[in-house]
Amino acid sequence: MADPLTPGIASGRLTAEEIASNFADLHAPLSPHEAAVAADRCYFCYDAPCVEACPTEIDIPLFIRQIATGQPEAAGRTILEQNILGGMCARVCPTEDLCEGACVREIAEGQPVEIGRLQRHATDSVMARQGHPFDRAAPTGRRVAVVGAGPAGLACAHGLAMRGHDVTVYDARKKPGGLNEYGIAAYKAVDAFAAREVDWLAGIGGITFETGRALGSDLHLDTLKETFDAVFLGIGLGDVNALDIEGSEREGVDDAVSFIAELRQASDLTGLPVGRNVVVIGGGMTAIDVAVQSKLLGAENVTIAYRRGRDRMGASQYEQDLATSKGVRIVANAQPKAIHGNGAAVEIELEYTADDGTGLRGTGETMRLPADQVFRAIGQTFVPLDGFETEGRKLKVSDAGRTSVSGVWAGGDCTPGEDLTVVAVAEGRDAAADIHAELMGVAVPQTRPALGEAAGGA
Amino acid sequence: MADLTTDFVGIKSPNPFWLASAPPTDKEYNVRRAFEAGWGGVVWKTLGAEGPPVVNVNGPRYGAIYGPDRRLMGLNNIELITDRPLETNLEEMARVKADYPDHALIASIMVPCEEEAWKAILPRVMETGADGIELNFGCPHGMSERGMGSAVGQVPEYIEMVTRWCKRYYDRPVIVKLTPNITDIRKPATAAKNGGADAVSLINTINSITSVNLDSMAPEPTIDGKGSHGGYCGPAVKPIALSMVSEIARDAETRGMPISGIGGVTTWRDAAEFMALGAGNVQVCTAAMTYGFRIVEEMKRGLSQWMDEKGYASVAEVVGRAVPNVTDWQYLNLNYVTKARIDQDACIQCGRCYAACEDTSHQAIAMKPGRVFEVIDAECVACNLCVDVCPVEDCITMVEMAPGEVDPRTGRTVEPHYANWTTHPNNPAAVKAAE
Repeated sequence: MADPLTPGIASGRLTAEEIASNFADLHAPLSPHEAAVAADRCYFCYDAPCVEACPTEIDIPLFIRQIATGQPEAAGRTILEQNILGGMCARVCPTEDLCEGACVREIAEGQPVEIGRLQRHATDSVMARQGHPFDRAAPTGRRVAVVGAGPAGLACAHGLAMRGHDVTVYDARKKPGGLNEYGIAAYKAVDAFAAREVDWLAGIGGITFETGRALGSDLHLDTLKETFDAVFLGIGLGDVNALDIEGSEREGVDDAVSFIAELRQASDLTGLPVGRNVVVIGGGMTAIDVAVQSKLLGAENVTIAYRRGRDRMGASQYEQDLATSKGVRIVANAQPKAIHGNGAAVEIELEYTADDGTGLRGTGETMRLPADQVFRAIGQTFVPLDGFETEGRKLKVSDAGRTSVSGVWAGGDCTPGEDLTVVAVAEGRDAAADIHAELMGVAVPQTRPALGEAAGGA
Repeated sequence: MADLTTDFVGIKSPNPFWLASAPPTDKEYNVRRAFEAGWGGVVWKTLGAEGPPVVNVNGPRYGAIYGPDRRLMGLNNIELITDRPLETNLEEMARVKADYPDHALIASIMVPCEEEAWKAILPRVMETGADGIELNFGCPHGMSERGMGSAVGQVPEYIEMVTRWCKRYYDRPVIVKLTPNITDIRKPATAAKNGGADAVSLINTINSITSVNLDSMAPEPTIDGKGSHGGYCGPAVKPIALSMVSEIARDAETRGMPISGIGGVTTWRDAAEFMALGAGNVQVCTAAMTYGFRIVEEMKRGLSQWMDEKGYASVAEVVGRAVPNVTDWQYLNLNYVTKARIDQDACIQCGRCYAACEDTSHQAIAMKPGRVFEVIDAECVACNLCVDVCPVEDCITMVEMAPGEVDPRTGRTVEPHYANWTTHPNNPAAVKAAE
């Protein structure tokens, strides 16, 4: 019998039906009619702001026009030529900050064209068809190692394989996909979409996955450099930041990233334990994802405590609204001071903060919230690699993704720039073009049409 | 409140909105619903001669052209005249007219181009109490191949002849419905006038193929793998109809002849435009077929509101008001200079004006950092294309230059006086001004 009032951290708070409903697709796919209506709204802008706002520079007006003229598959191809993970990006991109935020209809009516959902409509149409939309070029005999099977590594691997190179993709985890598979909220990529997308992407041929192989354990960069013609690092951020307060070692104080990974891999969410009173420390996307999913698992009270003002939160307004619509309470200007309990966490003590212009300070006023589970969502850090120049505590790279080490490229969260799936895809894609140019002694295509032409067609 | 009652060639109706002869007026049931919904009059679906009625296809009769959001912009049909027995129609018309004496009821007629045929049917139509007749010389499909409809309407001599017969055997108003499938609409209109017609109505539908099915490689609507041209109507044909109406309204031969305006009337504004160009009333079909009869309510309220705002007390005051301002190109004032102006507060930065001007016109719009679009007066020929492609109403407007200002494009001072092509030095046929 499901019981939402079970004290402590417990599974079975909701029925299987409730869980299924809670974790259903956040945005249902557009039906063909809905897609037609949505596509009609696009103005086909000149030098469109949405394209400029897209890190992968998808030709958005073109693909929307292709949907409007009855060819969603052709639209999908337009997207995938620029962004081979266009399916996942359609689901997880913070479109309100990117393409849709730049849409002129946002200025006109406060209601942008639904670019994200249209992109999903188009990419779903392509992926529903058997086979891969692009052809692999004739084998070049060159071999490239990609370390990290996340968005950056996958985009790089695809770009290389399509150009005829043989690619081996290594990943420390059991499954490829990186944060697409182990991060992000479950309701954004239902029906094992991350795994399906990897399989589909690998359909280009020439890509071998070696999972369960972490750099530094049985996998060494020197060996890779010797064995392969080039190496791409898409290793992400290995460390989560620690919470350095009294009681942070108590049982029930958990790392949000691990919890989300566990949730994503759970075969039955009714069996996943969650606290009755959950407090999330942090203000980014991970904080939102863990808070909302805790609520959807049946936690009675979920609070996000963020030390600065709401306007400073890393999570977009849209994500904040999503959280509050699911019943999550957001307490801003409150920093954790102690976690109290008797062995396990029972309560969290928060101190209000104020920023007087010289920095954030505690006001001395505190409050206590019941908390049998406390999630740390206060950011991740890159684990440094020996011998590489760094920039802002990440791997320093050129625009094309070249690291300071010859023959080694990098992209994704382990390099500077925004930690977004779509940014990682752009970086992996561009590194692939540069690696190809380097290996084959050809010029790097710079413009969007040229990149599109690099994608052969089936 | 403006008075919407209309007297069109002696036929009174509570408002100028009539339903055109078409499927919505095919039988008593529909016409009663139309009158109850507020239509001022109906032109009954075209009657044929006594005898076995025509038969329609048993597959699709319509094809469509859509605007955004699947708005019906144009409709094509291959339906024929009424396929019900003449007697049935006449009985129904008589009953309806008796019940709605204040509404206009017109009989549309299409019988063979023989005097006897017209002589036979007209007394029977008279008996129904119908207020007048409309001669269907316009139907472009099916009937034209049998020597009727537009086959008559395309030959002015036939129009005059048949009209004369009708005036001989029928003593109520005769309206001649014109086909647009001709080169010069003034010719059939003149013929109708010469035959004694009380009015003309136009336009009938335009020969059209709306689309081709690219799987079956056949025109739509497709009947068992084949398609035929149909008659095109709806909002898309309005500009063609307005032009034809205006030509009749201002031609020396036909000026002053009552016109019933037809062609894509969908809103009160469309109706007002037809009337301004000389139509005494309007006939509507596609709008009703798209939205149902209730749409007349918006038309009535809208026209009334606008007339009140403008101070027009009656429909008659509106009719023909814009006709004096329809002229030939050669008389347009070449000293009238305007420039496009972009309202930066209204601009949503889509850049369509820039794309249109830069790619296809005069390179007269600059795109500045931050997506600021500004008109370059020195290049702007005032073509208006930017206004037409801008998605925001009134964001781009054409501003008139005052006399005395220098047009930076031509370097010439804007002249205060009117001057047209007929006297322009570049015109080889220019009329020299008196010395």
